[in-house]
Amino acid sequence: MMKFALFLGCNIPARVQQYELAARVVLAKLQVDLVDIREFTCCGYPMRNADLKTSLLFSARNLALAEQQGLNVLTLCQCCFGTLKKAAHLLEEDNRFKEEVNAFLAKEKLTYQGKAQVKHLLSLLHKDIGEAALKEKIRGGFKELKIAAHYGCHALRPSDVMQFDDPVSPSILDELIKLTGAQSVDWSQKLECCGAPLLGVNDDLSMKLTAGKLADAKASGARFLSVACPWCQLQFDGIQKQMEAEGRTDADLPSILYPQLLGLAMGISAKELGLSKNVKDISGVNAFLVQQ
Amino acid sequence: MVFTVSLYLALAVFVVGMVYKIATWFTRKVGIFGQGFTTGQRVGAAIRGIFAVIFSAKLGTLLRAFVLDVLLQMRIAKEDRLRWIMHLLIYSGFMLLLFMHALEKYITAALFSDYYSTVNPFFILRDIFGLMVIVGVGIAIYRRFILKVPRMLTNGMDRYAIAIVALIMVSGFLLEGTKMTSYSEFSRMVQDYAGMDDEKEIKALESYWVSEHGTVSPNVKAPFEAEVLDQGYEAHQSNCAECHSPNKSAFAGYAAAKAISPIALALDRVNGTTILWTIHFLACFFGLAYLPFSKMFHIFSSSVSLLANAVMDPIKSLPENIATRQAMELDACMHCGTCSLRCSVSVAYEAKGNKMVLPAEKMAFLKDFAADRILSKEAMAAIQEGIYLCTNCDRCTVVCPAGINLRELWLSVRDAVLAKGGPVFLTLSPFSLFRSLNRDRLPRDEYDRPLKAAREAMANAFPMVRNTDAVISVTPIDTAFKTRAVGTPMGSTFAFCFSCENCTTVCPVVEAYENPQEVLGLLPHQIMRSLGLGLKDMALGAPMLWNCLTCYQCQEHCPQGVKVTDVLYELKNMAVKEAAVGS
Repeated sequence: MMKFALFLGCNIPARVQQYELAARVVLAKLQVDLVDIREFTCCGYPMRNADLKTSLLFSARNLALAEQQGLNVLTLCQCCFGTLKKAAHLLEEDNRFKEEVNAFLAKEKLTYQGKAQVKHLLSLLHKDIGEAALKEKIRGGFKELKIAAHYGCHALRPSDVMQFDDPVSPSILDELIKLTGAQSVDWSQKLECCGAPLLGVNDDLSMKLTAGKLADAKASGARFLSVACPWCQLQFDGIQKQMEAEGRTDADLPSILYPQLLGLAMGISAKELGLSKNVKDISGVNAFLVQQ
Repeated sequence: MVFTVSLYLALAVFVVGMVYKIATWFTRKVGIFGQGFTTGQRVGAAIRGIFAVIFSAKLGTLLRAFVLDVLLQMRIAKEDRLRWIMHLLIYSGFMLLLFMHALEKYITAALFSDYYSTVNPFFILRDIFGLMVIVGVGIAIYRRFILKVPRMLTNGMDRYAIAIVALIMVSGFLLEGTKMTSYSEFSRMVQDYAGMDDEKEIKALESYWVSEHGTVSPNVKAPFEAEVLDQGYEAHQSNCAECHSPNKSAFAGYAAAKAISPIALALDRVNGTTILWTIHFLACFFGLAYLPFSKMFHIFSSSVSLLANAVMDPIKSLPENIATRQAMELDACMHCGTCSLRCSVSVAYEAKGNKMVLPAEKMAFLKDFAADRILSKEAMAAIQEGIYLCTNCDRCTVVCPAGINLRELWLSVRDAVLAKGGPVFLTLSPFSLFRSLNRDRLPRDEYDRPLKAAREAMANAFPMVRNTDAVISVTPIDTAFKTRAVGTPMGSTFAFCFSCENCTTVCPVVEAYENPQEVLGLLPHQIMRSLGLGLKDMALGAPMLWNCLTCYQCQEHCPQGVKVTDVLYELKNMAVKEAAVGS
């Protein structure tokens, strides 16, 4: 029986609710117990540009809250994953930081000892639950569906800290996609950044990078992108729509969140997986489902 | 005489105050959504909007919101049971006292022909309602000052609210108790209402009242003979009982009477009942007059806000009504702090000591901002940081018990605040995501301005990078800068760099430009070299820093293990600190 403190972060509850919906319903079917810790706050990611110390305090407090309940943390967002894991790594390496952090946390009667592990949804599915167990739950699966896997950056790199997958030739997401019956295409821009971190800071650059990825994925024959991070999803979904209106892209390549893809293959309804909440219409994916 | 004059004066001030406050909902321009409409347009749109709701299916939604959100306050219950109980006690107790006791002439006496305030059930009810309020206020004091709910800050308005309610209640109970003990009250009542001439009978009645009803007499004192009390009881039944239920029913007043008894006679001599009566009604009338200007205005504004919230929509409602709603929402906030409690970035408040990070404090600030009160430079900097240090997670909006659409308010006000003060470096961070997602709702020419301002401020703080003709002196090396950079957690690794340029080669940002040097100032490997040479101005001033995707490709592919991205993060932190001090 796997039990985790579910760390949602800020984007998912506000803007990408379908990710939470799909993850919860899929994990319930996989007998993963999710605990909600109400006191969780932002992981600290956006703060890092201005103030590492404050960013660390955000992360450490969240980890301490999970630790207090003897739980490991499961993240859906890769930026949260990256931030929390890097914070844990830094606090391990630097005792001085650890002391400062604990002095701060003591005011709330919390301590950080580094006991809480941080895991991303994809690692949980691939490593802890495993392909075999997942394949067992697949009901019809997909046929002739070509997906461009998008790994995102903050889960993969820096690989010495994240230890998520091979940074140059990762396979987790590809294998997870394959077990649903879909095909994971080869595409050269696969491991590039989606552009989201610069959204609002340098929109032209951010959208240029997104357009490049969309064009490459499309040219590689993909029908959909698949991601496992709300920032990436926002970029390829709502922002792609904005880009279409501004004439920056014509790829028309919607993005499906991985638990939505897996859920459909498991026979879960599109409604439960929140498919209609995606900005770009992905109902077309149903056509590729093998009817059982 | 004093009573009547002060009542009418209070009412006048109250009415003028209410009209003024409600007028500001239509005149005040809050944020960018408040611009562009005349008062006339806003009033017209409001009338149209209200009619559209009343004569439609939305009326049901409105009524539902009225019962659940306004009367039963379920939004508070969802977040915190203790606070819900506290507020319910204060508000229902006070309202019931208002209708049954303060307006007894118009309401209670009209409904019940045999009404006297000293007759049960009204007598005991008055004390029950009053006690409800006192218990509620007690919980409020406990929460604010003893329990010290995290991030709940207390300002003058909060203190006033507690004080005025406490004063009204406590003076009321003391008045009741004093009246019960007052010998002169007793004598006056006997003279005016009891048709009694027999001295012995009056004495018996007096003894009965001293024994049973808390009167303190200078003439008679316990213990009393049984037959005297019997006679007194008879006299009471004939002359008093019709209008007087036993004083013990008003348990709280009676308790007060017992507490006062040691000094009752002295109090009576100085006309204690009149003094307390004056304090009590003056407190009530002051509360009434000051209501529109105090936290108590939320009785109206928060109710209206909850109703508006139930039927309005940020995109579909008339923009004039959005403007009006946002002005009204500033008054609807009663500083309860629920938003601050749930705020996703609240840790920044404790970490940085800037209370403007907290939503409730932002609301308190906005009241001044909307009234165009001038702010100090420090206050402006604090609110700029506070308004931008927000992940737009929506929690504050979801939990607000007054139904304020905080998310929309921040969106509206954020740009207005950014326009007023100095550069905000937080705009050059992922906090800007929300602004981009809502680009089409912000004024076009305004969108880039804060980013430009921030970048300009950075360039001005570290001008060397722009001056491509300048001759850079590499001696003496800025060892202070290097030491600081080495001292940072991941910064020290820059020393391993041997300029292989791998970081620059794999950087997607560099690849995105025809002439990357032009846009980025320095390329990643050049920044590393600048660090090595101690060229602070170059390293901190390079626009590359603020165009970094933080994708970690450079760090991943560095053969020497230089934590390139992390070093860039350190440089960003240093740049922000230094540039902020300078401006």
